[in-house]
Formats: sequence, C-alpha cells, structure tokens
Amino acid sequence: MAEEQKPEIKLPAAHAVPKAPAAMAVAPWEDALTRNLKEQFGDEITEFSTYLGQNFLVARPEAVVPILEFLKLEEDFDYVVDITAVDYPARAERFELVYIVYSFARNQRIRIKTRVADGFEPATAVGVHLTANWLEREVFDMFGIRFAGHPDMRRILLPEDWEGHPLRKDHPITRVDERWVKENLGIDSAQ
Amino acid sequence: MPESTFLDATELVLNMGPQHPSTHGVLRVVLKLDGEKVLGAECVIGYLHRGVEKIGENRTWQQFVPYVDRMDYCAAVSNGLGYCLAVEKLLNLEAPPRAQVIRVILTELQRIASHLIWLGTHAMDIGAQTPLFYTFREREEILNIFEKYCGARLTTHAFRIGGLQYELHDGFEQEVKAFCDMFPSKVDEYEQLLTANRIWLGRTKGVGILSAEDCKQYGVTGPLLRAAGVEWDLRKAQPYSGYEQYDFRIPTGMQGDTYDRYMVRMEEMRQALRIIRQAVDRIPDGPIMAKVPKVIKPPVGEAYVSIEAPKGELGYFVVSDGSTQPYRVRVRPPSFVNLQSLDRMVRGGLVADVVAVIGTIDIVLGEVDR
Repeated sequence: MAEEQKPEIKLPAAHAVPKAPAAMAVAPWEDALTRNLKEQFGDEITEFSTYLGQNFLVARPEAVVPILEFLKLEEDFDYVVDITAVDYPARAERFELVYIVYSFARNQRIRIKTRVADGFEPATAVGVHLTANWLEREVFDMFGIRFAGHPDMRRILLPEDWEGHPLRKDHPITRVDERWVKENLGIDSAQ
Repeated sequence: MPESTFLDATELVLNMGPQHPSTHGVLRVVLKLDGEKVLGAECVIGYLHRGVEKIGENRTWQQFVPYVDRMDYCAAVSNGLGYCLAVEKLLNLEAPPRAQVIRVILTELQRIASHLIWLGTHAMDIGAQTPLFYTFREREEILNIFEKYCGARLTTHAFRIGGLQYELHDGFEQEVKAFCDMFPSKVDEYEQLLTANRIWLGRTKGVGILSAEDCKQYGVTGPLLRAAGVEWDLRKAQPYSGYEQYDFRIPTGMQGDTYDRYMVRMEEMRQALRIIRQAVDRIPDGPIMAKVPKVIKPPVGEAYVSIEAPKGELGYFVVSDGSTQPYRVRVRPPSFVNLQSLDRMVRGGLVADVVAVIGTIDIVLGEVDR
C-alpha cells in the first residue's frame, strides 16, 4: 500500500546517494551484558546487534517479559522508555514489537525487539513496569496487538467501538470508521 | 447495625472535562470520590488525536518537520529539534557548529516560554490570576524573537534536517541579550508573588507526591523526576547539540510534591538563561546547513533519539526502508507517559488538588493525543 503511493523522484547526479542495502547494516554487539543475557536466556535471544551505536537484541516473544524482569532486577534497567511496534505485512510474523529500556545507573539505553504474527497475544509487561499499561494500550489501539494478562486492554486514543487499527500498513490514511462517525457525530462523512 | 446503611453510599463518580478550564485542553478525568476524598482517577484521552504518526508515513522526511510542531505546540522548537536530530542520526550526519549553537539558543528560549505558560496557567488553576498576565508578558518577548527569526510564533518550523533554513537576522544577538538582562528580575517577581505565599504553600506543599521510585515505575521524566530528587537531565546524561560545552546546573527537589516541581521549574528557567548567555557569546561563523541531499533517503535502518524537552524525555523512534518517506515514525511523548501517573498522585487527596496536580504535570493535550 505505502509502496504504491510513493512518488518516484529522480536524484540529480551530483547528490546521488549510494544505493541503500536491502537490510539494516548491523554490527554484532558483545559485552558483559550480552554475556549475562546469553547465560540466562540461551537461544531465547536470537540476535545481539548494534546499529549507529545503538544496541538492540531480538528475542522470542515468550522471553520478552522475563528479559525485562531480569534487566530490571539484575542489571539496573529500571525505566521503560517506550513500547511500540512496526508493521511489516510481507513477513509471516508481521509485527515487530520494540521495547526501549534505559538504566539510570549505567546511563545506557537498549532496545528489545520481538516478532509476532497477527493474532498472537504477547504477554503484558505491566507486572514488571507500570509504564507498560498505557503504552501497550496504545500499541493495541494502533496495531491491534492484544497483550495477554493486561489489566485494562482497551483502546486509548480512539473511541472504544471504533473499527480498524490505523498504523497497520494496510490501513489507508484516508480511511475512517464511517459507521461510527454517522452514529456518534450525526454527519454523513468525516472527509 | 445492618452491614451497609445509606450512610455508606458515599461513593460518587464525577466527570471532570473534557471541557473544563483546568484540564488544559480536552482531557477528561473520571474521578471516584468519597466525599471530598479521591479514591481513584481515570484519564480519558484521545480527543485531539490526529494520527500524526500515520501522517508521517505518508510524507517525505522533510515534509514531516512542520507536523511535529503541532504536537507540543507550547514547545514547537523542541519538537523540531528532536525530530531533526533523529533523522540526522539515521543519515549519520551532524548540523554544523553555527547551526548547533543557534539551535541551543532557540530551544532554551522555548524552554523558558513553555515553563512560563505552565507557571501562568498552573497558578491560575490554583486561584492566582495575576501571574498569568506577568508570564505572558515575558513570553511575548520570546515569541517576538521567534517571529523575527523565522516568521512564526507558535508552530515555528525553525529547524531543518541538517541544520537551519534561515541565517540570523541583524540584531538577533542584541535582542537575545536584552531579554537575558531583563528576564532574571522577572523570575524574582514571580517568586515574590508565589514562593512564600501562604495560599500557594497550602495548595502545593505535600500535594501530589511522586517519589523517585514511583517516577521510575511510571517512566516519568523531566521536572517531575528531578523534583523527586533524581539528578537526571538528558542534556547532561547524553548530551546532544553540544550541550556538554555549557555550564549549567540540574536543579532537584526533595519531596517530589507540587511545590518542589514549582521550585525546580523556576530554577530551570534561570539555568536556561545561563545557557543562552553562554551560547549567544560564542555563535561561531560558518555554514548553517550540513551537506544534505535535496532528496533525503536514509539507508535502511532505525534509530531512537531523545532530547530533554521542557516536559521530559521526548523521543523519536524512526525506521527507514531506504525510501523518501519514513517507514515508521514513533513519537515518545513526555506528556502522555507522565499523565499516566495522575491516578497515583491524586489518590487519597482532595478533589481540589486534582486541579493542582494536572497543572503540575504540565501536559499539552496535543502531545498526549498526537
């Protein structure tokens, strides 16, 4: 969907940028922290990488909450900065969940990423970090990813009976829930 | 005695907002009350949701810059800085030194302007009418500087990816210096009105306490975290735009109550002024724009960059698929995350304090709802 809309702009030769690689050009990430995590979680964590000086790891969805807990209790990562998602509809596991955590003691920020298929319900992180409550609700609202065990799994920004999850790539930018608009606002169209 | 009498039926649900002057926009708070005592508060948000992140995926990297101004419209310059830094990180480039210093001056002026709005409205919510007029008087001076620099007062679009669009106008330094000379006495004036005012003390001391531990649990940053005694500021912890070259202090509080947050923000205005003074004396010569291609196509990758916005950690998580448009722009808004702690802060307090606490979190609904 997004691909179709993008205008093809020809670059002038003088400003030509080298052709972008198809995948992120990552370098491996290895230090004391990754060794501890490897020891603790083994092959639950599939990748330790760094890109532009920012470290991240990729883990199986079941391992994310235990990792967050381990990082909080053992490694001082006591602040969940953000929880968000990215939609890659072409992949079998189309959503990439991104947890950004920070440690005040180490002044270090890392990302934990995991891939989930549509319909899969990853476990909630509210039991470990209270911040996760609203952040996960927003992910659900925008992407339709339900978090299992969340105390209050409702939409947060859009109305509760709204249809559609706007940040999915197959959701066109102009689409609104016409039924909701008619019923609640009494107008024919929101466009 | 029967187990429950009509005297026990004291629980009341009160709907505050969305059209309520003290909710600073369109925030609805559903309060559960026992007489005057708050048993719980639930925020209903989203009234200003415009789908900024979706818009970002349908604009080019540069076209999205003016949109970010419309999130925290009280601190548009800071929003722009965060986004530009994030895209610059993806492109692996830095703005030239001259642009960086000018960015710091404008961002710190914006911090003062944002804190002035907070002070005026917060004091008015609590019942002090006068400070609002005082603070908007000084804010006007800052907006005049913005207007002269880039033509806009509120949603400034002051920065571009890679540097700045506009060279400084003649007399910019003098205007900023004149502001720096005038402003300290004005901060003293606000303090004379409030700091030792008995009503102010009564309404803010011990109200809406949030401990350092709670702040971390709720991901609360900015002045709220500092008022709880945590000396943490991204300008010091992970300096950007050359903040490591400036001499300034991070003010902190002890209790983490509304009064401490007031004191922290007052001091932050003075510290921001210190930074501006140092910066305006050392604006280097040189270009204001890095070598950025006309069409920006960052290589495939992702980055998270955050800055210390007036309200806390403002982060941008940007994902590029190598094309002219962002694949994903995620905004980590400080107001949204900080607002989540409202329930924790008002629980057990009085209804009247809810108004004080909403003011002290310093939210902008444009940023909460995006």
